[in-house]
Amino acid sequence: MKEVISADRKEFLSKKKRRKRLILLTQIFILFAFIFLWEFLANEKILNEFITSKPSRVVNTILDFKTNHLFMHLWVTLYETLIGFLLGTLIGTVIASLLWWSPFASRVFEPYLIVLHSLPKVALGPIIIVWAGAGTNAIIVMALAISLIVTILEMLNGFLATDKNLIKLAHTFNANKWQIFTKIVFPSNVSTLINAMKVNIGLSLVGVISGEFLVSKAGLGYLIVYGGQVFKLDLVMTSVIILGIMAALMYHAVVILEKIILRWMMKAEV
Amino acid sequence: MQDGLMLDHISKVYQDDNSEVLAIKEFSYAFSKGDFISIVGPSGCGKSTLLSIISGLEKPTSGKVFLDGEDITGKVSNIGYMLQKDYLLSWRTVYRNVLLGLEIKNMLNEETKEYAMNLLKTYGLGDFINKYPSQLSGGMKQRVALIRTLATNPSYLLLDEAFSALDYQTRLDVTNDVYNIIKKEHKTAIMVTHDIPESISMSDKIIVLSNRPSIIKNVHGITFNIPNRTPLNCRECPEFSKYFDSIWKELNTDERSNFGGQERVS
Ligand SMILES: Nc1ncnc2c1ncn2[C@@H]1O[C@H](COP(=O)(O)OP(=O)(O)OP(=O)(O)O)[C@@H](O)[C@H]1O
Ligand SMILES: [Mg+2]
Repeated sequence: MKEVISADRKEFLSKKKRRKRLILLTQIFILFAFIFLWEFLANEKILNEFITSKPSRVVNTILDFKTNHLFMHLWVTLYETLIGFLLGTLIGTVIASLLWWSPFASRVFEPYLIVLHSLPKVALGPIIIVWAGAGTNAIIVMALAISLIVTILEMLNGFLATDKNLIKLAHTFNANKWQIFTKIVFPSNVSTLINAMKVNIGLSLVGVISGEFLVSKAGLGYLIVYGGQVFKLDLVMTSVIILGIMAALMYHAVVILEKIILRWMMKAEV
Repeated sequence: MQDGLMLDHISKVYQDDNSEVLAIKEFSYAFSKGDFISIVGPSGCGKSTLLSIISGLEKPTSGKVFLDGEDITGKVSNIGYMLQKDYLLSWRTVYRNVLLGLEIKNMLNEETKEYAMNLLKTYGLGDFINKYPSQLSGGMKQRVALIRTLATNPSYLLLDEAFSALDYQTRLDVTNDVYNIIKKEHKTAIMVTHDIPESISMSDKIIVLSNRPSIIKNVHGITFNIPNRTPLNCRECPEFSKYFDSIWKELNTDERSNFGGQERVS
């Protein structure tokens, strides 16, 4: 049976729905207006399409993927980003757990972490290249360097801020440290982890692109640098646009992952 | 050694950077089995500390705790502890919350699971086992917390202001439920409360403590001349206000004390 809805409520709901639709339509309109204006201004020679490119040339560049290997480059960047993201999240969480485990160690390492955190990681680029070689490894290490310290700090803060009363509760059942971590501290911080992941996916991409700027022979970062050097602005614009779409999609993937993780955690059987 | 729970000259000094606090001084008392005992006393006099020491969460600075003759000082034994709020884990269902203690104590098996399930069913939570804490009322959450404590089948229960987070009506209902459950399951209970009527309504004995460092001022035996006493029906008895008056006076003869009937005046 359906709930009886009053006229006022109906009015309120449809108003809300209309407003939502209006916002979406306006957003789509702005996008198309921008694309149209860009194309139009370039065609009218108000913009120099050699420098600014234009939407139809971007589409042509995409359609030309067989010769410019766009999707190969996309795949390389995606792969490096995902590896950097996974490693950063995983290693960061493990280190944060170890630091939570030993309050002594976390106090000792605190100033070092803060210094490393404030250091612009891109400055490490040349060192990383020397150590890891001028290739994919260096790029992944770059992505890792950018996301690792943030993850450690975020997760450690979350672990340390766990409700003391929940920990006391576990103590009343004589819980050992491992049980306190697995049954109370870690589950309490699943949302911290998810937030860290949302930040990390973006940071990892920043690391990969700056890594590709420095060393690579493949990837969207490489395409952007290469396109800039040989003045193929079509290629640069296309890469940037694809990069933007890729970043948004990866973020959404994390949001979907969040739902899966939460459902799994709530459902976990004993 | 005698049966039951015995505190033998318990003292507790807290150290921090600026000072040391003598929270409890030479506290001795034997809690007899099956009793419901309340501890009342001014704020900060060491009541929670006392429960923490009994539960083994804190070590006394000196003195010993014996349970049925065994020295359990500073050890977490099978004594149930109910904290000030329910502290249910939001990501677990009611049923899995109740199993937490069993899991931690490595006591999880078909038998204990069934025992926990029976407790839930007996005390009106059978239809809620798959709900999450956010879907329950305050009173129900408190009952779940009690069942979580009872699931490990402790013979002693400690309650530290276990109902203070509830509103008045819910509090009356929950104390009634909890009292009945504790009596039916034959538990010995030690409860700390600020609410004198609550302590009278539930207890067989009430220990009145002085200001810190606290000593026992008096122990009241509470009996009512009615059959089937419950926390609700005993409130009507003439003895009730008599007990209230004498405990209230005892708590307020100390000028420094900040006690005022049901609520703390600060
Ligand atoms: N961990 C601690 N470190 C230092 N001092 C403490 C600690 N715990 C309690 N105290 C001090 O010991 C004294 C007794 O505290 P306790 O919590 O046992 O009192 P209480 O009777 O439970 O008070 P209330 O009625 O307010 O709950 C207080 O003066 C308190 O400040
Ligand atoms: Mg207290």
